[in-house]
Amino acid sequence: MSEYVIDVRGLVKKFGDKTAVNGVDIQLPKGEVWGFLGPNGSGKTTTIRMICGLLSVTEGEGECLGYNIKTQAELIRRQTGYMTQKFSFWSDLTIRENLEFVARLYQLPKVKQRVDETLAVLGLTDRQRQLAGALSGGWKQRLALAAVTMHNPKLLLLDEPTAGVDPQARREFWDQIHRLANEGLTVLVSTHYMDEAERCDKIAYLAHGNLMTQGTVQDIITESRLITFRAEGPNVRTLAAKLKDRAGVEHAAYFGAALHVSGINRLALEAAIGEFARPEDHWQEVQPNLEDVFISLMSRAGKDARSYL
Amino acid sequence: MSFFGLSFLRIRAVFIKELIQMRRDRLTFAMMLGVPVMQLLLFGFAINSDPKHLPTAVEVQEQTPVVRTLLNALERSDYYDIILTSDNSTEGYALLASGEVAFVITIPLGFTEKLLAGEQPSLLIEADASDPSASSSALLYANTIVQRAIARELTGPLAHLQAGASPVNVISHARYNPEGISQYNIVPGLLGVILTMTLVMITSMAVTRETEHGTMENLLAMPARPLEVMIGKITPYIGMGAVQTVIILSCAAYLFRVPFAGSLWLLVGGLTVFILANLCIGYTFSTIAKSQMQAMQMTFFFFLPSILLSGFMFPFRGMPNWAQFIGEILPLTHFLRIIRGIMLKGAVFSEMQQEFVALGVFTLVVGIIAMLRYKRTLD
Repeated sequence: MSEYVIDVRGLVKKFGDKTAVNGVDIQLPKGEVWGFLGPNGSGKTTTIRMICGLLSVTEGEGECLGYNIKTQAELIRRQTGYMTQKFSFWSDLTIRENLEFVARLYQLPKVKQRVDETLAVLGLTDRQRQLAGALSGGWKQRLALAAVTMHNPKLLLLDEPTAGVDPQARREFWDQIHRLANEGLTVLVSTHYMDEAERCDKIAYLAHGNLMTQGTVQDIITESRLITFRAEGPNVRTLAAKLKDRAGVEHAAYFGAALHVSGINRLALEAAIGEFARPEDHWQEVQPNLEDVFISLMSRAGKDARSYL
Repeated sequence: MSFFGLSFLRIRAVFIKELIQMRRDRLTFAMMLGVPVMQLLLFGFAINSDPKHLPTAVEVQEQTPVVRTLLNALERSDYYDIILTSDNSTEGYALLASGEVAFVITIPLGFTEKLLAGEQPSLLIEADASDPSASSSALLYANTIVQRAIARELTGPLAHLQAGASPVNVISHARYNPEGISQYNIVPGLLGVILTMTLVMITSMAVTRETEHGTMENLLAMPARPLEVMIGKITPYIGMGAVQTVIILSCAAYLFRVPFAGSLWLLVGGLTVFILANLCIGYTFSTIAKSQMQAMQMTFFFFLPSILLSGFMFPFRGMPNWAQFIGEILPLTHFLRIIRGIMLKGAVFSEMQQEFVALGVFTLVVGIIAMLRYKRTLD
């Protein structure tokens, strides 16, 4: 087995004449937690599904856990835990019944004992008789994580696992992820949350099926060569719309009670800001954060071609 | 514009939305148009309650001009197609039991001699009355056909024989169901119909439910082979089919007093293949349908020809060739022949072999289609 758990090169997926993924390379080393980011419809889910053999590969090749993703999907599945974007356990079965089904399907020895242990570790013991369909978002997500890790996989693929889950549940979820990673598990997790991206060892950013950038949070911010100015002041929000269309401004957005204006060309950016400078505002140059970088990456990737399908 | 608070604009908005959705939902659209056309064709053309060209075996021990005229007249009547002529009865009775012929006509030795002597010879017509409606009109006309044919022969010096009572005594025997009780025919048939309806419907929704709830992706991501999933999903319904069978057969025996002439074990064998055939059909549907609603519609599409073209509702031999051809493909057709053969006629395996083979081939082919269609990826 190579040093990479996921080693795919030039992955392409076409649906009819639509290209969903356009030549993605990922080399994910063992034991790392990688974040997979990008707007809706950028091809994250499709890429994850190709890696675990749920979708056929149009072009490209690669190995996952040392097995060929085109021909050995069955072997990959045995050692991979895949958590789907939408809750995909059986809502008319109880938590325990769901876990027992999964355990039997993976032919785990001592099903009852295994399920008991899993329930205890994830704090689901008291709720084991509840129907999965009746659980709230956070508990569903806990059940799903329990189910996909029960067979001790070597790789976890998590597709937007925390969508619609409250902050505390998200934090607990990430604690679990880090605990599993410390035990040697490799994790690829797609997300839209910046704070979650910052909890990953590395980030891969996808837009329109193209891998735009990858690296640590700091690498990505540095590489973007983005310059960001931050303004605070009364009604500074109203400037955003005016600044957006100026030359040199890649994006202007209001968040954290402040206006962030970013661009690559310092002179053009400063000139644009100069036009709207008001005495009551306080402007200062700041280090761009991940969100600034992603929004600018998205606008650089071309027109907003997000699809919400 | 509005009346009593009803807004025409809002009604129009809903109307347009429904129209668009109706157009998008191709299968429902096809059903709305397809079902009336199908029913019209089937009721209008395929179903004929006065079946003609019924296959007939003749046992005849003398070849005289009178007998030849008689056989000719039977054939020309369009009711009887003589497919076998022999001088002993064993072959004809075997065909009657397996359902390959509907009648056995026996013309005994000395028929011509007796006729010419004015002794009113007898002619025996034995009918397969397990489906009373299939054979009744042919039987009804048999006497007329025979008497007319004979009358044409009795001319010149023999004309005096026409006077008085009929020159030939036509004896008809309705076999297997002498009283023509239609329940004897319908109750065993109902077992087939009910199994078709419920089993196809329930299995067709089994896989579709996984797709609809998004659990399919999960199932595919785990190490389960298609055949394992298929067998695991179908097996509970085999049990359900068995329970239904016990209920219906008990009712047949104790409530409707339908006779059971043949071997129960042979019937169990036939039921097993038939249940499997229906489960495979349902499973195939569920790999095609995108929602449980579509699975229901497909079931209905399959069920309609099954009850109309299998010989359950209307005599199989009363249908034109194209309808019989479709009927031969349907598992219910073969099952009806098996269950009626076994229960009413006491048929043995060798007589039912063809039907078992047909059911087996159907199950195998559809099972393979289901397996191939079950996708291992989400493509």
